[in-house]
Amino acid sequence: MSEFFSQGGYAFFVWSAYGMGLALLVAEMLLLRRERRTILARLGRLARLRNLDR
Amino acid sequence: MKINWFRYSSPATFYTLAGRMIPWFAVIAALLTLAGLYWGFFETPDRLGGSNPQKEYYRIIFLHVPAAWLSMWLYVVLAGWSAVGLVFNTRLSYMMAVATAPTGAIFTFIALWTGSFWGRTSWGTWWDWDPRLTSELILLFLYIGYMALHSAIDDVRRADRSSALLALVGLVCIPIIFWSINCPDPNQCAALHQRSAMDRVDPNILWAMLVTTLGLWAYSFAVVFARARGVILTREAEAQWVRDLIAAEAKA
Repeated sequence: MSEFFSQGGYAFFVWSAYGMGLALLVAEMLLLRRERRTILARLGRLARLRNLDR
Repeated sequence: MKINWFRYSSPATFYTLAGRMIPWFAVIAALLTLAGLYWGFFETPDRLGGSNPQKEYYRIIFLHVPAAWLSMWLYVVLAGWSAVGLVFNTRLSYMMAVATAPTGAIFTFIALWTGSFWGRTSWGTWWDWDPRLTSELILLFLYIGYMALHSAIDDVRRADRSSALLALVGLVCIPIIFWSINCPDPNQCAALHQRSAMDRVDPNILWAMLVTTLGLWAYSFAVVFARARGVILTREAEAQWVRDLIAAEAKA
């Protein structure tokens, strides 16, 4: 297992490359989830405002 | 059997359809990406000989090449939706284009970043103004330019059309990147650092790259669909079906 992590002494290069990839994809998914919640919350507020008008 | 494709160009239909497809794409993405990376890390030689010797650091390839392929492919998709939008004036096409751009930009950045770490070990430099690096950097600027132009114009329909035109003009960059890497004539490529030739790659390496690419492609479908659903809700906020949807959500 430690052999896998050391990558023949090139761990810094290999894991920096994969680390950035993983970080960006995870960040993208989290941002999308937050965005969806924000949109739904805003549309929900809009709907409640319309109901008040009636 | 005749399929009415324009039925799917209705944002309301697509919103539901995409919502059902996202979990499937997510599962396929996770399975294929993990399988491809496992293959790449455990079923390939540690060192490569030949005219271009490589040590363990070449394993960056299993993220680098899929990211680079997808950065180009997603740009073709972006330009394709832009063209469909300009020709047929369908709202959903523009929404798909807008939803595709950020993911394409992310993959372009990953391709550049991983390439830099690979270049440091393989060529001894983080960056070089080699044609492939330069043209991929221009691709990143094109994605950023598309998003910036779209967000700079307040009127959504004008923003859609102007940035679609920019996307189409930028399409010229794709063959330049492709042929700067897969050089058609070796005599004219003396200035390049190294040639990429698919036919001399170990089949295990090739398959690991292909499987990972399919996995990340499925990932792109999932996130682009998710983003498109957000764009649809925002733009169709006044439509009756969105109001019904929100009302149903409030009750649940």
